[in-house]
Amino acid sequence: MSDIATRPAPSLLASPLVKFGLIVAAIVVALAIGVRLDTSNTLYAIFVDPFQQMVQAPDLLVQTVWEGLVSGVLYALIALGFVLIFKASGVFNFAQGIMVVFAALTLVGLYEKGVPAFLAVIITLGVMFALAVTIERVVLRPLVNQPDIILFMATFGITYFLIGFGEALFGGNPKQMIAEQLYLPKGAVDLQILGGLVSLQKIDIAAALIASLMIAALAAFFQYTRIGRALRAVADSHKAALSVGISLNQIWVIVWFTAGIVALITGIMWGARSDVSFALEIVALKALPVLILGGFTSIPGAIVGGLIIGIGEKLGEFYWGPLVGGGIESWLAYFIALGFLLFRPQGLFGDKIIERI
Amino acid sequence: MLYREAGQYKSSYASDMAVFPLKEDRIGIAVILAIALVAVPFLGSDFFIASVMIPFLIFSLAAIGLNILTGYTGLISLGTAAFMGVGAYSCYKLTTLFPGVNIIVLILLSGLFSAGIGVLFGLPSLRIKGFYLAVATLAAQFFLQWAFVRVPWLFNYNASGAIEVPQRTLFDIPLTGAAATPETRYFVCLGLVVVLTWFASNIVHGKLGRSWMAVRDMDIAAELMGIKLLNAKLMAFAVSSYFCGVAGAMMIFLWYGGGEAADVFSIRLSFNILFMVIIGGLGSLIGSFFGAAFLSILPTALKFGLPALGIPIQGAAAEHVTFMLVGALIITFLIVEPHGLARLWQIGKQKLRTWPFPY
Repeated sequence: MSDIATRPAPSLLASPLVKFGLIVAAIVVALAIGVRLDTSNTLYAIFVDPFQQMVQAPDLLVQTVWEGLVSGVLYALIALGFVLIFKASGVFNFAQGIMVVFAALTLVGLYEKGVPAFLAVIITLGVMFALAVTIERVVLRPLVNQPDIILFMATFGITYFLIGFGEALFGGNPKQMIAEQLYLPKGAVDLQILGGLVSLQKIDIAAALIASLMIAALAAFFQYTRIGRALRAVADSHKAALSVGISLNQIWVIVWFTAGIVALITGIMWGARSDVSFALEIVALKALPVLILGGFTSIPGAIVGGLIIGIGEKLGEFYWGPLVGGGIESWLAYFIALGFLLFRPQGLFGDKIIERI
Repeated sequence: MLYREAGQYKSSYASDMAVFPLKEDRIGIAVILAIALVAVPFLGSDFFIASVMIPFLIFSLAAIGLNILTGYTGLISLGTAAFMGVGAYSCYKLTTLFPGVNIIVLILLSGLFSAGIGVLFGLPSLRIKGFYLAVATLAAQFFLQWAFVRVPWLFNYNASGAIEVPQRTLFDIPLTGAAATPETRYFVCLGLVVVLTWFASNIVHGKLGRSWMAVRDMDIAAELMGIKLLNAKLMAFAVSSYFCGVAGAMMIFLWYGGGEAADVFSIRLSFNILFMVIIGGLGSLIGSFFGAAFLSILPTALKFGLPALGIPIQGAAAEHVTFMLVGALIITFLIVEPHGLARLWQIGKQKLRTWPFPY
């Protein structure tokens, strides 16, 4: 990814502290002037009232943060699939969102055909493996050494194909995830916090736990196994990995299969919260701002970025959304990422890319 | 045999640098224009004109717009549909505010608003590139789409929340609204597309276009050569959004004739236009036409062509097959010819030039 610009900004304000201080000072001055001139209470509504609400009703704040955390886990899981593939093959896999839908649909579809739930999970894993092999054979291998944008477009092709294929096989109607059959808990836990009642869905807690477990397992896999070492080698340099005898084709199958497993787990978690439908395609685009926050190559970055975006989005929607008529959730994440980009283009944990002439 | 440059001498700089240096090419363009102007409206059915030719022309214009940004300047945009939407809504506001002004003038003017918004959202491109810029333009896409729904001023506080296209006439011939015939709308589209393509061709072959290509190929080197990145990139955004905005206004006023505009300008449309540009060929005007023809006609052709061939397929199934086929074709094209249909066209011309003795 040598084409991401990280050209240093003009070094007038080289010290980040000075820069930050100046920005804060400017905001404070602007606010001070604004409050004087403010007649219609707009500034009050934007800068003071939401925080007052937060302090006055901390239970609502906790509830909102929790909701954000939960949707953040979903974003993080999708972003994780992106990062896995990006690290190993340099492909920006747009199809990750649709792979989630496809995995969930296959699972539910198999169960509806009468396959026992856990057998269905295993068969779905088999399907994801077949998908990984097919993608490697049909798409990646002939496109070796093409520019990034071409590979990116190829994953668009995969997306379209999977949408059509999934709808033709399983129909376009939203389906119910088989959460009970997989022994996922349901119902809610009510907690007495800060003088209010905070209700946590059990499935959300399970989702957070399973996601953490999976991330730990992935980290261990990357760190301690032979294949994991090979994966890291490929991520560092394709050429060097090839020269020490690592089979790129094999690694790509493994990586896409791993992304498929992540997609299946994401699909189960997400399907248990709402229903299984193609609407996730749009949600999957939220993984992009998450990746920008976390950096394209960092697994912890994907997690932290996902949580920040999730929480930021829910807080924004709940406290500031009503000021502009609501529904700002659809674009707030992108603006958060955009603001972030201006200050730290390589993301929180990403590699700093130096561009050469 | 028929198509070769032997005997065609260039005696001036202008003729050497001509866009169509060969006489055969000029004849070809004339024939295509004649077909578009005479054969299509007189021989084509209303259905063919209204649901094949008009969408094709409008998508071509939008694809040219995006191609200026992505193909010529190398900046990826996923917000094309939103910029088209800006064009559509500003045309609607303009025509309700100034009902006396001719609608064609207003369609051309509405592109300017789109250009302004495009420049605004193009500002981050000065610091970021590639996928990062794609996210910035996604911000534009989702924010503007949100604004189209949530800002009632944009659709004149209609109860339906949609653009209602009023009837506008030129010399007492209705151009827009329910009374306009497909032929009239087709002629308006054709005229606008031809004129704007001519403009685009002049821009990309001129100083501005060259500076864009220099920025695309290596921005630091371009900067060293004295090209101002700020101006070049923002001009690319402005011109690209102008074309997209005009295409969007045409889309609502000359093709859909109203309806849920906020749904029309969704992320799906942005992707579709990006596909058109990629499949047609990055950095090629004729490629934009090829790509638009391929992707806008293919679904219609599949929908009506497969039953005609005796393959029983309809409704939902046809849509699924279309999706699968489009996906498979995108991948096939990328593998066979990553430089798009425009490159195939060039190869074909080269083959034709040496035919029948290729060695």
